[in-house]
Amino acid sequence: MVPDVTGWRAATVLAVSDETPRAKTFRLALPEPSHHLAGQHVVVRLTAPDGYRAQRSYSVASAPDGSADIDLTVERLDGGEVSTFLHDVVAPGDELEVRGPLGGFFVWDGTMPALLVGGGSGLVPLMAMLRLARRSGRADLVRLIVSVRSADDLLFGDEVAGPETTIAYTRVAPPSATRPPGRLRADDFPAPMAGETAYVCGSAGFCDAVGDLLVGLGRPAPSIRTERFGPSG
Amino acid sequence: MAATRGFFGRGRAERDPRLPPGQYDAGRTWPVLNAEVTPKLSTDSWTFRVEGLVDRPTTWSWDDIHALAPSTYEGAIHCVTTWSKFDMSFRGVSLDTLLAIAGPQPSASFVVAYSHTGYTTNLPLADVVNGQAWIVWEVDGRPLPVDHGGPARMLVPHLYFWKSTKWIAGLRVLDHDEPGFWEVNGYHDRGDPWLEQRYQGD
Repeated sequence: MVPDVTGWRAATVLAVSDETPRAKTFRLALPEPSHHLAGQHVVVRLTAPDGYRAQRSYSVASAPDGSADIDLTVERLDGGEVSTFLHDVVAPGDELEVRGPLGGFFVWDGTMPALLVGGGSGLVPLMAMLRLARRSGRADLVRLIVSVRSADDLLFGDEVAGPETTIAYTRVAPPSATRPPGRLRADDFPAPMAGETAYVCGSAGFCDAVGDLLVGLGRPAPSIRTERFGPSG
Repeated sequence: MAATRGFFGRGRAERDPRLPPGQYDAGRTWPVLNAEVTPKLSTDSWTFRVEGLVDRPTTWSWDDIHALAPSTYEGAIHCVTTWSKFDMSFRGVSLDTLLAIAGPQPSASFVVAYSHTGYTTNLPLADVVNGQAWIVWEVDGRPLPVDHGGPARMLVPHLYFWKSTKWIAGLRVLDHDEPGFWEVNGYHDRGDPWLEQRYQGD
């Protein structure tokens, strides 16, 4: 049975791990198997003793695997009320109130070709898609392009690398990189596959720039889905 | 659920009473959230249309709509992603003016607002009349930027901002509710920020 994800549920923090100096992954156990779709997010709600609450949305990084465990990868935003709390205070064994997984548009069902383009922490929902593609043996359906400032900013380290993946460093490229540092350009993108949808996730400026590049390359605007990460704290 | 271990919150002393529950003040920033590619629309070919259950389906050009009585909204806007912004100033035309020209029929009870990109959102007719909704093309004295829906967007500031369709192209007037883009994808059909109507079921 699919659980009611529109209500608030208590999730238990199973593990907290560092992804980069500024991002951590929180493994949560939901009360029931999550049945999420790759690309969905959950809302995390914090409650103070006097009833004050703060909530933010975070993308699920793990692929749907039938279990009740999900990974949320959260970038620390200086001054962000929720992300700094998650980074500084939350530890295994804590309970967090969550809602979801939610969202029905920026999702990939694993059956059609997908071009995934992520800027910085915009990689998170795309990682769920890449993981789904790999675990279902359909890595041939996805191409992933990740744009990061430097190797220190790359989430998911070695796991993200692979034949599907192109990493574009915008400021500092490691010695092994063949591409000179710089923002994404038209020639960073592969030709579209038939029936392909592009999933673009990052800051608003990143999504606009990539959207314009893809439209300029002849991709129809309705085949491009964007998810803009705002300064949501 | 009980309090979250170790969480006490910040800034409650100065929490603005104009903030609906679960919202924070975005201050000077104006986050951009949309799910599609930002379109480049020319005001030369821009149109806004009211159709459906109206006596006089009407299409306005950029010049036509600017010839109507101007109207302004000054106040707050609230995004479902939890930011709010205060002291915004928008200028355009009231939907009352446009609907008075088109003439909704007695059975009219809902509208679907649609954009030039194919985005849709549904609203009760009662939420877009009586000085509650606008088509706007100016913000804080400047042309509305394209990433915020320019050249013109809908503005329904008493509801969450996904109801304020960017790149507005028209309204379809209906006698039934027809969930739009985000509503089909799990968001609330009405979206009142003071009732925290974020998702279906709220």
